[in-house]
This record gives sequence, C-alpha cells and structure tokens, in this order.
Amino acid sequence: MFWTVTQSLLGGLWTTFQIFLWTLVVSLPLGLVFAFASMSKWKPLKGLMQIIVWIVRGTPLMLQLIIIFYGPGLWLGHNIWSGDEAGRLLATVVAFSFNYACYFSVIFRGGIESVPAGQREAGQVLGMTKKQIFFKVTLLQMIKRVVPPMSNEIITLVKDTSLARIIAAYELTFAGYSFMKSDGLTWPLFYTGVFYLLFVGILTLLFNYIERKLDYFR
Amino acid sequence: MAILEVKNIEKHFGSVSVLKDVSFSLEEGNALAIIGSSGSGKTTLLRCLNFLEKPDGGSITVKDKTLFDASASVDDWEKNLRKKRLHFGMVFQSFNLFPQYTALENVTLAEKLLAQERPDFKQHKKEIFAEIEQHGKELLDQMGLSQRQNHYPHQLSGGQQQRVAIARALALKPDILCFDEPTSALDPELTGEVLKVIRGLADQKTTMIIVTHEMAFARDVADQIIFMDNGVIVEQGDPHEVIDHPKEERTRQFLARYSQENL
Repeated sequence: MFWTVTQSLLGGLWTTFQIFLWTLVVSLPLGLVFAFASMSKWKPLKGLMQIIVWIVRGTPLMLQLIIIFYGPGLWLGHNIWSGDEAGRLLATVVAFSFNYACYFSVIFRGGIESVPAGQREAGQVLGMTKKQIFFKVTLLQMIKRVVPPMSNEIITLVKDTSLARIIAAYELTFAGYSFMKSDGLTWPLFYTGVFYLLFVGILTLLFNYIERKLDYFR
Repeated sequence: MAILEVKNIEKHFGSVSVLKDVSFSLEEGNALAIIGSSGSGKTTLLRCLNFLEKPDGGSITVKDKTLFDASASVDDWEKNLRKKRLHFGMVFQSFNLFPQYTALENVTLAEKLLAQERPDFKQHKKEIFAEIEQHGKELLDQMGLSQRQNHYPHQLSGGQQQRVAIARALALKPDILCFDEPTSALDPELTGEVLKVIRGLADQKTTMIIVTHEMAFARDVADQIIFMDNGVIVEQGDPHEVIDHPKEERTRQFLARYSQENL
C-alpha cells in the first residue's frame, strides 16, 4: 500500500511541480512588466495597476481560481477551459501567474527603487541608453535586493499549489486526500507533507546558493 | 575660442529659483573652479551641463555647437540626448561606481556598449574590446590603480573608488570633465590622493569644471574661479584675485566664514 500511495503522490507532485514551474515562468517577467506599469509616469496606467494589485491582493487566491475556471462558463456561456486535466492545469497557471505577478511587482518595484538614483545618473552621463542602464546597471543590483523577499513568495507558491484541488486539478494534496475518500486512509494526506518539505528544502538550498553567488558585490 | 559657452541659464524647482541668469565661458585646456556655500546652485549647474536637469532658460554651446537652447522646441531636448551628454564627463560626490563590476569593468563598460554601435563591431569585436581594455588599463595606471583593476568597489577605499570614477569619466574622452565636490565624501586623509590626480589632469591641460570646497586647491589648480551664492554668479575671474582679494562683500563673507571653520 505504501508503494501505491507513494506512486500516486509522486504523480500529484508532478502536477504540483508543473503548476509551480509554469507559474514562475509567466509571473516573473509579468511581475516586472507590472512593476514598470505601477511606476509609470502616465497616471491612468499607474492607477489601473494600483486597482489590479488591490483586487488581486485583496481577495483569496482560491476565489480567483474559482472565478477564472468557472467564470467564463457561468457568465459568458462559453467555457474556455477544456474539461480535462490539461484545461484545469492551464486555468490554474493563469490564475496563479496573475496573482503572483501582482505580488512580485510590488517586490520588484521596491527593488528597483532601492537602487540609488546615482547609479542611473552615472549610466546616463556615460551615454548609456535607458535599456542599457536597466540591464547592465540596475537589474543585477535589484535582483540581489529582491532575492530574500522573493524566496519567501516562491516558497509560499509551492504550498499555494494545493489550492488547485478546488477545481479538481490532481495535484499533491488532492492525491493524498483522495485516499481518505476511496480507502478511508488518513496517513497519505499527512505523508504529502514530506514531499512539500523536500520540495521547499531543495528550493531553500537553491536560494542560499543564489544569495552566496551575489555576495561578491555590495 | 571658448570650448564652452554658457548663457543666461535659468533653473527653478517649483517656485524656488535655483539658477538665475548664469553665464560664463571656458577656454579649452583650462580648469574652472566653482565655489560657494551649500544650496548656492553649484551642483544644479553641473547637472544642467550634464543634461541630468533641464534648464528652464538659456543656452549651452560646446565647440560652437549649440547643445541646448531653451527657446528651441521641447523635442529638441530628447533628441540626441545621449550624444550631447558625451561632451561632458561627470565625477560624482558619492562616486556612483557600479558595485557589481570590477574597477576595470567600471571604466570600460560604457565604451564597450558604445562600440556596439560601430558599423565594424561584429567583424572586429575581439580587437575592439582588446583595445578598450587596454585603454581602460592605461587610465587606471594613470590613476595609480594598476594593482586594483580587478577589485570590486567595496574592496577599495573611498579615495581609490573616486579615482576609478575619474578614470571611468575619462574613458569616453569628454570635451569637458566635471567634478561635483569630488572629495566631500572622503576622509581628510584620502582627499590628498584624489586632489593630486585632478592636479595631474590640470597639468595635462584637461578642460575641467570643479565644484569644490577646497579653497587652497581651487586657487592653485584653477585658471578661473566662480563664486556662486543663491543661484547667481557673484564674482568670477582669476583665482588669486577672487580668493585673496575678493571685490564683492558676499565673497568676502563666504571666505571669512570658510577660513574660520577650517582653522
């Protein structure tokens, strides 16, 4: 039985990992775009961004997930997500990416603003373009500053993937829970904790490594 | 013929007038020192010359080319802004070195980025970069920092950092090199090494504008001195005249207060 459960949970872990990875792939760049939008000199864009961040941070991620998955079918009369596992996964990644991009944007904005204005000015007087200043001067300094808060958010994301159960995506927690319903077993659900711990443990090591890598400058 | 011609520069922040009708000219190979108390507009003037601030009035002409004219249209400011900035080099009070790059990388970064715009860049990338590296090493050598080229800014003393910043500003061969209180952020025992480097540049006839609180240094090194107070040029002329025999009452007051503080 232990082997069957482990195998099943590994399947769930794979889904969890996919949600995690794709959410990061989308939300990291999207968060940067949102960060720039929230710093825009054009007031309407800045205002719109503030409202979006307020709504996304102000409502539960689970609710957002439900709205994104069921909303189109309920209100538009047309379900844009396919009913299979892939459709549920896609809806989850869309909801998560948007949610996390909002949180990331606030961290990124803080990181960008914490780079002293003198750094940009030094680039300007050296004839660099705005793009060069961002990529060659600001970006790495910003990354160094945002690694600690980002590691917090990214670790939270690992555990937030368990919310996907609400739209029946077969992720790790759902996999563990299903043994309670089918076989009346509770231990598989608790056993999932081990997988989360290992996942987060590896991430923690990775973040420590990145922090050490960026330790060469101040 | 003057290399730099600054005419009637005006600048205000909100309702506060920071620069009022500032005009001066600078000959090629000369060093101009700007003195004055904090808040007199010295730094703002330098920032206007480096196009970090947009003046509200007046004009800036370098080598007979008008880089800025307030009467021209607004688009003109953005146009070729980068190219205009390259006429001036800037050394900041707080160095502003890029912390993630070594001393040598700090010096060569901008030159390497500019080289990408050269039509022959793709074919001769290696040679061009080697040339730039060589140039950077020479500049650091000139600053007495050949042993420090692979150090990161945080591994260098303030004086060394500022000398790297000077090398960085020289790398793009600006027509005019500006210093914004280059020694104000340094411990007293470190100012000497930076002043020595600037003195060396003056001996080589580098065209410079130096905003400074080091009166003795200004008098010795500058060919011309400007005393600013409250956004206007109160007095300008020969350094020995202005510092030793000021004509204006305000200059006298400033210098008296200054020498008292430095007793």
